[in-house]
Amino acid sequence: MTADCSNRVTVRELAHSRSGDKGDTSNIAVIAYDRAGYDLLLEQLTAERVRAHFAGVVLGDVVRYEVPRLGVLNFVCERAQGGGVSRSLRLDNYGKTLASGILPIVIELPQGFDRKRLRGPGP
Amino acid sequence: MIKIGTGSGWWGDRVSPAAELAEKGDLDYLCFETMAEATVSTAQVRKRRDPDFGGFDTYLDDRMAAVLPHCIRRGTKIVSNQGWVNPLGAARAIRAHLDRLGAHHWKVAAVTGSIVTESIADLAGPIMEDGRPFADIDGEIVSAEAYLGAAGIVEALAAGAHIVVTGRVADPALFLAPMIHEFGWAADDWARLGAGAGIGHLMECGAQLTGGYFVDPGYKDVPEPWNLGFPIAEVEADGVAVFGKLPGTGGVIDRHTVLEQMFYEVHDPARYITPDVVVDFTQADIESIGLNRIRVSGITGRPRTETFKVSIGAQEGFIGEDLFVYAGPGALDKARLAEKILRERFAIVELDAQDLRFDFIGVNAVHGPMSPTPAAEPYEVAVRVTARCRSRAEALKIGREVDGMAVSGIGSTGKRVPFAERVREVIGIWSTLIDRHAVAPTVQFVEAAS
Repeated sequence: MTADCSNRVTVRELAHSRSGDKGDTSNIAVIAYDRAGYDLLLEQLTAERVRAHFAGVVLGDVVRYEVPRLGVLNFVCERAQGGGVSRSLRLDNYGKTLASGILPIVIELPQGFDRKRLRGPGP
Repeated sequence: MIKIGTGSGWWGDRVSPAAELAEKGDLDYLCFETMAEATVSTAQVRKRRDPDFGGFDTYLDDRMAAVLPHCIRRGTKIVSNQGWVNPLGAARAIRAHLDRLGAHHWKVAAVTGSIVTESIADLAGPIMEDGRPFADIDGEIVSAEAYLGAAGIVEALAAGAHIVVTGRVADPALFLAPMIHEFGWAADDWARLGAGAGIGHLMECGAQLTGGYFVDPGYKDVPEPWNLGFPIAEVEADGVAVFGKLPGTGGVIDRHTVLEQMFYEVHDPARYITPDVVVDFTQADIESIGLNRIRVSGITGRPRTETFKVSIGAQEGFIGEDLFVYAGPGALDKARLAEKILRERFAIVELDAQDLRFDFIGVNAVHGPMSPTPAAEPYEVAVRVTARCRSRAEALKIGREVDGMAVSGIGSTGKRVPFAERVREVIGIWSTLIDRHAVAPTVQFVEAAS
């Protein structure tokens, strides 16, 4: 999914992400490219939405920490690592790819949003 | 101001960028981070079986041979957690390098004291992951180690060590310790300790600050990602740092690489708990002051907790794993039928598994049920089958049944023979908290041979 001419884009056009593991918990930091992107993500990229998106992969709670000064939303996902690095049967047992898993989530752009702010090759 | 470089961000990290930093970085300190969560438990198990295993970083000789001549010439001190379960052995190995290089005046210290395997049953609080009492952990306890803070390293530096090699300490402490030593920060100067530990956190994964683990083609591009330079921090006594890398190296350090690393493995960014201080990243300022030069200020801290985290390794069983491939027309249908055949076979041989998983690599292996249905039939599919079992004998059944797929399976089944490492041991990791006063680091110097 990439940006098209409609008012729908994905998280990937507005932010970048990195995941890290501690035991069976994974954090996914979503870092907005700018303030306008952060405001949109703050409104639309809720913990509930992230948990639903990762259904079957993240089995526990998702808590969202907001850091407006840095334009970052940090999602802490419980039971996200298949039991933890050494127990997990997953090919990506460190959960490194969870960060890219959050990027396809669709975000609605408001009327008049400056599309030049969007990252990526565009339509 | 002191200049600190990262020599490795994990055990498997590249060696040549460390050598380049040592040679050209004009560093006061070069710090090596080589331990993951399971390093100590895995090392303890290996030590039992392999008497030749030293119990420390298996790349210690490569790393020291590459950096020591430069460090000795410049007077760059080294702080490293390459000691794993045998810091004294690592210190002796480093001593041998120094003596060979004629650096008899260089002092090497080992910091021990993190291993609490013998006493953990008495010290442990509840298991952090699930709240159970320690006694309820299944399987033999093979290791328990406390995440110590900077104190032991600071003590060694104060006693004149040029090289300090530790077992388990919190990763940021490797970098914080030189700051405490050089700047004389007080043990309760939480703002500066928080800034220093935060700087350590940014540095501890090496190239993850300078464009590694970062590229997303077309979205986040990085120059020469085959030639990433490791990071350098120029730290001021007030806890403000400028991060950079050597000219001529690939990679990038900018606001976005710094932010990704700042939040790496962090839960509450206002309360990142380390043994020395609780770090608050939320008020940080990140400012570009030139090409690949980023100034970070405003990281602060709050009083440390009264506990140390302890990581406990328990022998839980075995994972069996194997892999085979299909390509061409019908590849996905063949993969699905192969799964059905193997599930039937596992029932026939009465496989006793705690968990059994099939992945179709190229289709759904990484994100499982999140993966969209392929729009077109994939040209090739690899079938990966894994199971976690109590006994080695059960885990071995995975590979044995996949063996049967070679001549008794589906047409055009591709199979690597031999496929080594089809069974591996599971050392489950649990965490608990102990009273921080129950353990203390011990500093031992290893004298030159002559």
